[in-house]
Amino acid sequence: MNVQTYIIVSLVKIVLTIFILLTAVAYSVWLERKVVGHMQNRWGPTRVGPFGLLQPLADGLKFIFKEDLTPPHVYKPLYIAAPMLAVVFALTSISVIPIGNAITVGKFSTPLQITDVNIGLLVVLGITSLGVYGVALAGWSSNSKYSLLGGLRASAQMVSYEISLGLSLIGVLILSGSLSLREIVLAQQGTYFGFIPRWFFFQGQCFAFFVYLTSAYAETNRIPFDLPEAETELVAGYHTEYSSMKFAMFFMAEYANMITVACLATILFFGGWLGPMFGPAWLQQTVLPVLYFIAKVFVFIFVYIWVRGTLPRFRYDQLMAFGWKYLLPLAIANLVITALIVALRS
Amino acid sequence: MPQNYVPIFIFIAFIGILIPITLLAAKLVRPDNPSKSKLMPYECGIDPLDSSRGRYTVRFYIVAILFVVFDVETIFLFPWAVRFKALGMYGLVEMLVFLIILIVGYIWIWKKGALEWV
Repeated sequence: MNVQTYIIVSLVKIVLTIFILLTAVAYSVWLERKVVGHMQNRWGPTRVGPFGLLQPLADGLKFIFKEDLTPPHVYKPLYIAAPMLAVVFALTSISVIPIGNAITVGKFSTPLQITDVNIGLLVVLGITSLGVYGVALAGWSSNSKYSLLGGLRASAQMVSYEISLGLSLIGVLILSGSLSLREIVLAQQGTYFGFIPRWFFFQGQCFAFFVYLTSAYAETNRIPFDLPEAETELVAGYHTEYSSMKFAMFFMAEYANMITVACLATILFFGGWLGPMFGPAWLQQTVLPVLYFIAKVFVFIFVYIWVRGTLPRFRYDQLMAFGWKYLLPLAIANLVITALIVALRS
Repeated sequence: MPQNYVPIFIFIAFIGILIPITLLAAKLVRPDNPSKSKLMPYECGIDPLDSSRGRYTVRFYIVAILFVVFDVETIFLFPWAVRFKALGMYGLVEMLVFLIILIVGYIWIWKKGALEWV
């Protein structure tokens, strides 16, 4: 493939990915409102379109037409840059995530991901942890007490849980022996006894999975770890002073991060696009893998919403103690035990 | 391959252009009539007392310092985990020694009370 085709193919993939991702973000907001509504014996959005399906569109339009206040007491360059940083990093982390096998049109073949780098997992972790800048800068530049406290809490929480998140993935890396997300998925092929898939979750990484999921909830500032925006104490946390499109950007960043976390959980612990295959070659090659991937990601997003509808919020000292005193030793123990078992087996 | 990273930068550039355009487009259609009370820092309707960038608890600094220590260790473990099978028994023992040193430090900060949030 020469340079020109490479760039054009990448551009097409990027535009498609951004379009799909933004739609997914909009509809996970809709899904959240609908599901939480039903859990609380309400209907959720029903007015705009059938089942409220056009609600995200209406919300988007409303965000554009809302007055955008920039209070005079803020530090303007950072105040404007912060939501952009948050959303750029949140969206970019999706760029190395593979959603299926290669797609083939005639002689031309390209993998179903924007780019396949051999340290994909590190790229995702690196870019998502840059997201903390958006939050911290928003909290600091707003020059409001609520914002500052929210930003501080969010950054402290995100850096604390990032450690257990990183450590929980090391067991997977020992088993797969690669940082490329595509190779990690391919290392999970096959089944035990013909029906239990050899996903890393079933290869003994179940503790790692729960550590990962808990830390990921804290990383994305979601209930039960949504202390940075605890309404009862901090109004809205770091985005108290934001309105209109800038506020919408923090929202987009949060939901895009949720989707990235769900994709990573699928790839690392639940076999990515692998699943029972049947039917003709084109079905097995392209359609089924993508469907499996989307279904697994959907399950994780649903669990996110389910947890939100079920659990109360932690207290801040409990949150920090939980991260440092429980999750971190658990992650280290999991890593040591995995290493010992793998070493004994070989 | 290094050229595989190019699309990531194209992606960042693409969003980096898209988002300011959205903001500017919104500027054309949205109303803009600020007033004095709208522009006040939000403190539940009460006039703000002093600077909002005041003092805050030292715990946040401790968390930041601990983060640096443990995050470096995590990054150190990543390449080891990837090459685990090739390194064999030697690599395993080396890393266990490293982890023991780290765990001693962890127990020490726990006993020192750096993990308590008072």
